[in-house]
Amino acid sequence: MDPITLAFLALAFLIIVASLFVVSSRNIFHSAIFLILALFGVAGIFVLLEAPFLAAAQVLIYVGAISILMIFAVMLTARIADGQLRYTNEQVPTGLLVSLGLLVVMLYSLWQTPIPTSAAAPVSGAGRKLGELFLTQYVLPFEIISVLLLTALIGALVIAKKDPRAASAADDSAADVPARERERAVV
Amino acid sequence: MVSDFAAVAVFLVLGAGFVLFNFLLAKLIRPSAPTPIKLSTYECGESPVGSAWIQFNVRFYLFALIFVIFDVEVVFLFPWAIVYRSLGLFALVEMLIFLAILIFGLFYAWRKGFLRWY
Repeated sequence: MDPITLAFLALAFLIIVASLFVVSSRNIFHSAIFLILALFGVAGIFVLLEAPFLAAAQVLIYVGAISILMIFAVMLTARIADGQLRYTNEQVPTGLLVSLGLLVVMLYSLWQTPIPTSAAAPVSGAGRKLGELFLTQYVLPFEIISVLLLTALIGALVIAKKDPRAASAADDSAADVPARERERAVV
Repeated sequence: MVSDFAAVAVFLVLGAGFVLFNFLLAKLIRPSAPTPIKLSTYECGESPVGSAWIQFNVRFYLFALIFVIFDVEVVFLFPWAIVYRSLGLFALVEMLIFLAILIFGLFYAWRKGFLRWY
């Protein structure tokens, strides 16, 4: 077996096991950590597909940022302190049925679809080529990415909090006292 | 090339293996004599109040959102950095425009009081 196939099998095993832990873990925080592991495995798959730039983007955005957002969402969950959160899924039979159905559909369509493979060799130095194209031929789209990100930033801020001044007064009085005291000690 | 990443794989496996091996070794050889005091959350000599699983301040979420946007921006800095030397001043001006548009977003967040901690 050649090393690429071996690496692929190892990564596929890592992704599948980590994903199983994501859905079966009893602690939602552990689920988030295993999700990071699974996403990291996907970055490895990108490397094997000769797409190192995609791998870097995967690590930076998914492993670095999206997972941070998820862990934040877990830490900000209101009822995490009183231990009343139920982590178990009460709809296991339904879930199993739906995912089995999905598996059958996916396997069938994979079986039926001819998957074309390109005979062309993978581009070497994709990052360099991407940079050149961004800065010469596709200058305008490149700058528009920036505008898009700006829109996303402002939109996220507006949705997350309508008016920071009014909202902060409200959640200061609502927050429970021990939690706030602890936080102050940390800060 | 994929083979360039063999070194990365070796480092990853060795790094993860080192941590796992040491945890396992420590578990095997350390004495285990837990008492309620030892098992309690460490809080610098104080007796802890409540659980360590607290709800963090919602304001952190805004900072996380802003971080995600700038993280995506950094992805575009990489291809730029690779070709910067060969393209020179033009590339610099272009990236400055790119950054300036995003800095406007930070300025907006600042001006609207999203960054204030009160």
